[in-house]
Amino acid sequence: MTTPRLLIAASPHISGRDSTPTIMWSVVGSLVPVIAIATYYFGPSVLLVLVGATAGALVTERIFGRRGAIGDGSATITGLLLGLSLPAGLPVWMAFVGGAFAIAFGKLIFGGLGQNIFNPALLGRAFLQAAFPVALTTWPIAPQSWWQFRGDNLALPFASPRVVDALTGATPLGLMKFEQTPTGLWDLMIGATGGSLGETSGIVILLAGAYLALRKHLNWRIPASIFLTVALFAALLHTIDGARYAGAMAMLFSGGLMLGAVYMATDMVTSPVTNAGCWIFGVGIGLLVVVIRYWGGLAEGVMYAILLMNAMVPFINRATQPRPFGARTKRLEPS
Amino acid sequence: MSYQLKFRHGVHPPDLKELTGSIRIRRVPFPDEVILPLRQHTGKPAKVIVRPGDRVERGDKIGEADGYISAPVHASATGVVRDIDLWPHPDGSYATAVRITVERFSAQAPRPRIIPDWRGLTPEQLVRAVQDAGVVGLGGAAFPTHVKLTPPKDQPIDVLVINGCECEPYLTTDHRTMAEYPDRVHLGIRIMMRCLGVERAMIGIEKNKPDAIAAIEAARPRDLDISVHPLTVKYPQGAEKMLIKSLLDREVPSGKLPMHVGAVVQNVASVATIAEVFETGLPLIERIVTVTGHGVMEPANLIVPVGMKTRDLLDACGGLTPDAKEVVFGGPMMGAAVADLDAPVLKGTTGVVVLTESDCRPVATYPCIRCGHCVDACPVYLNPQLLGNLAMVERYEDMEANRLADCMLCGCCSYTCPSNIPLSQLFQASKLALRKQKAVA
Repeated sequence: MTTPRLLIAASPHISGRDSTPTIMWSVVGSLVPVIAIATYYFGPSVLLVLVGATAGALVTERIFGRRGAIGDGSATITGLLLGLSLPAGLPVWMAFVGGAFAIAFGKLIFGGLGQNIFNPALLGRAFLQAAFPVALTTWPIAPQSWWQFRGDNLALPFASPRVVDALTGATPLGLMKFEQTPTGLWDLMIGATGGSLGETSGIVILLAGAYLALRKHLNWRIPASIFLTVALFAALLHTIDGARYAGAMAMLFSGGLMLGAVYMATDMVTSPVTNAGCWIFGVGIGLLVVVIRYWGGLAEGVMYAILLMNAMVPFINRATQPRPFGARTKRLEPS
Repeated sequence: MSYQLKFRHGVHPPDLKELTGSIRIRRVPFPDEVILPLRQHTGKPAKVIVRPGDRVERGDKIGEADGYISAPVHASATGVVRDIDLWPHPDGSYATAVRITVERFSAQAPRPRIIPDWRGLTPEQLVRAVQDAGVVGLGGAAFPTHVKLTPPKDQPIDVLVINGCECEPYLTTDHRTMAEYPDRVHLGIRIMMRCLGVERAMIGIEKNKPDAIAAIEAARPRDLDISVHPLTVKYPQGAEKMLIKSLLDREVPSGKLPMHVGAVVQNVASVATIAEVFETGLPLIERIVTVTGHGVMEPANLIVPVGMKTRDLLDACGGLTPDAKEVVFGGPMMGAAVADLDAPVLKGTTGVVVLTESDCRPVATYPCIRCGHCVDACPVYLNPQLLGNLAMVERYEDMEANRLADCMLCGCCSYTCPSNIPLSQLFQASKLALRKQKAVA
């Protein structure tokens, strides 16, 4: 027998089925129905905003990132999630700038994939909200024809927005907070309301999340603990003052909570590595969301809640180190 | 069974035991030469006692135990010592080995010998006989069995745990041993219980071997307290600490041995070998080896003389397929890839697994995305993610503070890592680096 060219590798010689790119691209794939339902409600503007944000992310990753990093799919996720957190009428150039900022300052500045502290998509959105507050809170309502663009999609960079005759409407949370007008629960669940692209259909996002959780591409403990905390806290407040505070289901299905809890809080890089830590992380986000929504200056608090808890992750990780096998006491990691 | 027969964490690799799980054990023809390294066990290598040109018969001692934690080596075939020199060892190094040219047309019958009746021997004499027969653990680590059989006097042992888990994918040696030689396994258990003076024995077998469980249960002697426990199929169920946790719900403390929680763990193949010593009088000169994997033509369970070259063994199984890529000694999770097909089968070789290109771990790695899958997989509850980061920047003392010593290199973290980071390899290297640092200091 002649000796073939043998591979000499360290054990283990086999590996599990998932790789980082498969996880990333399966997340991208799970977003397809979410994008489809958003397109159904908001028309072709959705695709323009998403393409703008994703292009910004990909171009930046290609120029400044690791060679071949586009292939791992993480920049695509950042772009798509950023796009889904934006209103349909946003000028495309703003979405592009947001995507570029998200990758450059949300990820690459920390050292690229796996090194960032904050969720890049949310950081990009926070930047856009600070830079273009009016554009980010303009929620156009449906025009006459589905084919018509909403708002200012094609505005030129830094040109003052055209005065459009499109009507704008408020989001359910805005209505509740500033006008004490509740929105029907069914409308909230299927997404027939105003809001950002991905803030609409909670049911579709939940199904996509369930698929990812089954494939272990997200840790189910994070969305579960967020939902539980928000539901319990909101129900408590609702029983105290039903007119001022919405019920638990309305809180769960309004705003960006579904998108945030399923897709942004579960970003593996910026969430705790331990399961106990994931529970703490989710409870913290849930509490902050309700606090910001009811007592903060903004109608929606998911973005800042997740970003704040992102900053806590190293501490959560340190506090929830697993108990060593056979040891009586807990051992903490050194600084 | 009042408790849950489980340990926490671990991984579920596809077991692929169907390749050889139902194939009967058969004897492989003697090769033209056997290579017997003097280092085949944990501890000090044996001291050679033959010289080139000597004629040895099958079963003759050729290497003497050098100290207490050591084991003798015996000729596995009748023939002439050709030379004593460095030879490729399955661990990748070169080790001193006795090379025996096997006598052609020999009946390979061992010298007539007196087989002691084990019933008439004291525990000390039994241990002595096991020691002289060169019996070591056949589960992979090859720890000299007589050491296990003589725990310190101040350490009470209340249970003998027999490891029939065989949680490594592909391998079916223990499986076939239990299915085909259940009486031998039970005789070995009886002898071990006598050596240790324990009243109770527990056999843990993963549920994916129903025929082995049935055979062992059917052959169970009624006069002894021996119980058979089907266990969850999960890697590394067969690791000592995990098995004790599953069966007894006792956790072996960090840095301690199973005997510190009153248990002695022995693998079924070793137990059967102990019985064989008292059945045939022959020392450990042959063992059952699973030759399997999609890269080998005719997978089989074989009785192989220790010292048979990998090349000869693979030839006896129809050779390699054209897409064979990696030859692994032991299971694919903890086994070692052999660099040279001249490396011989050792006492501790449980199997030879030939992987094809598509079975092997890919080469590309990605940055750690902190998914936490490794933390969820580690059976001894370490944080491989943190340890991996520390290893990459060579902060070995910090790794030690995070209990690197507890890592048993089971490979669960590397297996599950989506970024394909070679965590267990990093830990192995870090353990070595730490040892070196300490030796210098």
